[in-house]
Amino acid sequence: MLVSYEWLSEYVNIEGIAPEEIASALTCSGIEASIKREATSLAGIVVGQILSAKKHPSADRLNLCVVNVGADEPLEIVCGASNVAPSVKVAVATLGTTMPGGLKIKKAKLRGVESCGMICSEAELGLTGFASNASEGILLLDHSAQIGSNVSDYFGLTDTVIELELTANRTDCLSLIGIAYEVAAIFDREVKIPIAPPACIVDKAKRVEFTDKCLAYAVQKISKLNIEPSPRWMQNRLTAMGIRPINNVVDVTNYVMLETGQPLHAFDYSKININTLEVREAIAQERIVTLDGVERACPKGAILIADSAQPLAVAGVMGGLNSAVTEETTTILLEAGLFHPAQVRRTSRQLGLRSESSSRFEKGLNGEVLPYALARAASLYKELSPTSVADAVRVFKAYAAPKKILTLRNQRVQKIMGVRLSDDEVIDIFRRLRFGIEQAKEGTYAVEVPNRRPDISLEVDLIEEIARLYGYSRIPSQMLTGTQPVGMYTKEQKWLREIRAALRYLGMNETLTYTLTSQDEKRLTRYPKSQPINISLPMSNEYAVLRTTLLPSLLEVARYNVRRGQTDLALFEMSTLYLEHATAEPLPQEVRELAGLIAAREATLWSAELPQPQPFYLLKGILEALFSRLGLTGVRFQKHEPAADWHPGRTAQITLGEKSLGLVGELHPALAKEYSLPATALFHVDLGLLLASIPERVNYTKVSKYPKVTRDIALVVDKKIPAGDLEEGIYRSAGELLEKATLFDVYWGAQIDADKKGVAYALNYRAHDRTLTDDEVDIANNKVIEYLRKQFGAALRS
Amino acid sequence: MVQEKLLALKDEVSVKVTQISELDELRNLKVHYLGKKGELTALLRGMGQLPSEMKPVIGSLANEVRQHLQTIIEDKEHQLEQSALQSALEKETIDVTLPGYPCSIGSLHPITLVLQEIEDIFKGMGFQVAEGPEVELDYYNFEALNIPAEHPARDEQDSFYIRPDTLLRTHTSSMQLRTLEQRAPQVPLRIIGPGKVYRRDVDDATHSHQFTQVEALVVDRDVSMKELKGTLLEFLERIFGAKFETRFRPSFFPFTEPSMEVDILHPKRGWLEILGSGMVHPAILERVGYDSEEFTGFAVGMGAERIAMIKYDIEDIRHFYRNDLNFLKQFVAG
Repeated sequence: MLVSYEWLSEYVNIEGIAPEEIASALTCSGIEASIKREATSLAGIVVGQILSAKKHPSADRLNLCVVNVGADEPLEIVCGASNVAPSVKVAVATLGTTMPGGLKIKKAKLRGVESCGMICSEAELGLTGFASNASEGILLLDHSAQIGSNVSDYFGLTDTVIELELTANRTDCLSLIGIAYEVAAIFDREVKIPIAPPACIVDKAKRVEFTDKCLAYAVQKISKLNIEPSPRWMQNRLTAMGIRPINNVVDVTNYVMLETGQPLHAFDYSKININTLEVREAIAQERIVTLDGVERACPKGAILIADSAQPLAVAGVMGGLNSAVTEETTTILLEAGLFHPAQVRRTSRQLGLRSESSSRFEKGLNGEVLPYALARAASLYKELSPTSVADAVRVFKAYAAPKKILTLRNQRVQKIMGVRLSDDEVIDIFRRLRFGIEQAKEGTYAVEVPNRRPDISLEVDLIEEIARLYGYSRIPSQMLTGTQPVGMYTKEQKWLREIRAALRYLGMNETLTYTLTSQDEKRLTRYPKSQPINISLPMSNEYAVLRTTLLPSLLEVARYNVRRGQTDLALFEMSTLYLEHATAEPLPQEVRELAGLIAAREATLWSAELPQPQPFYLLKGILEALFSRLGLTGVRFQKHEPAADWHPGRTAQITLGEKSLGLVGELHPALAKEYSLPATALFHVDLGLLLASIPERVNYTKVSKYPKVTRDIALVVDKKIPAGDLEEGIYRSAGELLEKATLFDVYWGAQIDADKKGVAYALNYRAHDRTLTDDEVDIANNKVIEYLRKQFGAALRS
Repeated sequence: MVQEKLLALKDEVSVKVTQISELDELRNLKVHYLGKKGELTALLRGMGQLPSEMKPVIGSLANEVRQHLQTIIEDKEHQLEQSALQSALEKETIDVTLPGYPCSIGSLHPITLVLQEIEDIFKGMGFQVAEGPEVELDYYNFEALNIPAEHPARDEQDSFYIRPDTLLRTHTSSMQLRTLEQRAPQVPLRIIGPGKVYRRDVDDATHSHQFTQVEALVVDRDVSMKELKGTLLEFLERIFGAKFETRFRPSFFPFTEPSMEVDILHPKRGWLEILGSGMVHPAILERVGYDSEEFTGFAVGMGAERIAMIKYDIEDIRHFYRNDLNFLKQFVAG
């Protein structure tokens, strides 16, 4: 909402209060306000009248103009515009003027003729959009413009425009009068209403019952009008508040709307039948050509103004072309209505038509002002067009103004605000707000809420009024008192932080990607049977479904970074996935996933002696470190059956007991190619299951004080036997003396058959109660060798 | 005779020791002269034949010689060991300016960092962290928060619906009602709820269709705007680590009354809106079973991206979701 400071001063005494001060005070009492347009003076630029214009003797495209600027002598000015003509009024920059663009006007010779000033265009004045007769060439001013006066006065540029960002509840401030009440309350100043409320005729003629969606309706006939441009002052005020002047009939309706908040509509009286005028809902298949010339089908439920012959307007949205005011109109029927906000909103949406009036109606207006708005318009017509005649305001449907009296308790004010106010302080605030207030007994008041404030319906709303006028800055601050609860995180919350921290310290970078993805991104999911949930009206295909997998998002991030030359990608993310329930649950199932990838490892190590890990083993190592951090024992990695999009020979299922925790593997080379990625290792883990599997506490076992005995065994086995199976076999067969088996060599190549491999383990034996003898260890160790021989055909390597 | 031989031996060995440059040689020499079968032992074996008055004299001389030789050999041994170590160390010299073995530390996403910091600050003030579903019923997201049907905030343009009554939550305020329903009429209640929220905005430098909010909620017997201000001031000072000038302004949210917005005065960018808050609307308290005459509360909602952008001076909200490693890795130190 734009506010002209000059115009506002007509409704509230703001003498001595600068626009900046008003903006800042409004902001601090609940309406964000800022200066939209500063006052400008355009010093040295005055109104001139062209006395004569003739061609420049030596340049066809230049004109030699003699211009009266109210000085003793007219000025001779050379001008290049084609629209100069005798008697027109123009803006003249006199010698010595500095233009808004910084140009300084000096005496200059143009093709041998001296020019004493400049006739200005809109753009040169920095006034684009200001003039109603905007055209090519120089700016033409109205005939009424006073020769020699400053152009900034003509355009009202000495005014300051304040912009308000209204919250949805403050419909009262959609009008200057409403803003005037607000400013008056803040600064404790007087409100000035231009005319007294009019006397109305309540139309008792038998007519069709109006639809309930019309809450109030009044009209006024105004005849003997001359359609012409509005006077400059009215045009300037409308322009300042962002409304384009059109003609006096339309301008007055807009002027009154800005003053009162009430949109008005003018019908050409000769084109309607007032006796059969009604407000009703649209019937099926009804069509109307609106003011913009478009024929539209009226949506079901839309409120129409109609007479017996035809629909005349879509109430609150737009008038019909059939009853529109034209150049020939002399008599109008002015309408002021109050329509059901939600219906106006629906209709305007369905028609794809939003107007200044529809956006007001849908917020809810104060029906009380209808007669005032009509009478005010009539008084302005009289002022602009003195021959005009206004009939009395006729009310077809009266507004049933609810009388709102609320009880306010001082003790309640204190409970909410935390500040103790005296009765006088409370009463004074409502006096400033122009609310009725009576003290019922000590500390209790009856407050009558004016109709312009529909946002106030509860005691607590009154308390907000007190607080905001008292000033939030004056309320002291204090820490929470009373019983102090213990702030803490749940175990799960702590572990989530630990998992993030562990991965981070293992070199992974956390990402944050969008929940909404394209329909195609359902690869690499743990939930292949779940169809992603669709968004009803997606903004784009890119963000059309709720994701059921994190990895495609991470691959996108990898692609983006690799394309930009990044190496050593190590990414992870913890996020929610959304699955449709098999049964009819109200909400989708939200499951948590932890996923990550390693890609584009750069061989940055400077010596071949330093190991260059393969992405798969690097990532597996990171996961093993993470699981050990979480105290998970018994996590197994087993060769996974080939799955779509994973490398068939390099993917492991991560299991914990009987449950599948997730997958770790290499990206299928075909998919890697699609994403333009080098070898990429990736994983996903069911985060919910992972969290649920973390043991309650550390499982302590006594530290043995006896020495360990180590035996190395070197075996030759079939190449296809997984090392993990051998290791399990070792633990299974060794008995309780085995403390730890560590793989320290895997070998194939020379000295070993092509289908075999050599593996070597260091087996640590230890007892808790004694030093082991060689015999004891030999027995255990032989059991292992024997078991591996039987189970896997393992032979001791000589 | 024995005396002379002893002295001659002493001189001979002393000279030899000075000439030796290898440890092995020195050890051989030691065995050769001082060992069980060495020359000194052999020489003393003849002592039995000496007159008895000479025995103590020769004995003491012999000990003296042995002591002397042992000392110089040991000294020499030590000296040779030192120089051997020295040359070994020289051979082992490496280029300490070569890069270390890459043990890189990764990074947490700046939104995670900010959320953890916010959680920590509120935890310090006695809050617990609650979570709610991201896909939410219309009831919890709107209706129960005093945003009835046809309210402008419910425009389809503003929200992502998956069914007529179900949508991606547009704010974390949706967890207010769920938490209150679970806890009412318990007090004191101090909860924060961080999470992802979604709005139908076209992504640009300041808008994102997905972003992160944190909701804070307090219900107790004596909670007023005074405590709301105190809590917020404490929070703001800690999250930004500096005292910004703050401005508390009345505002409007359907679910709080009175409502309050807070701005901070940014040294470069002027007043910046940082969070919305207010006293929990009595209708909401009543809806979940608190007696609003007895209990009051406040609610706060803030955007994590906004806080991160101010805190780290990040110019474009899209950075958070683009995940450029040049961006992410700056938070290794975060």
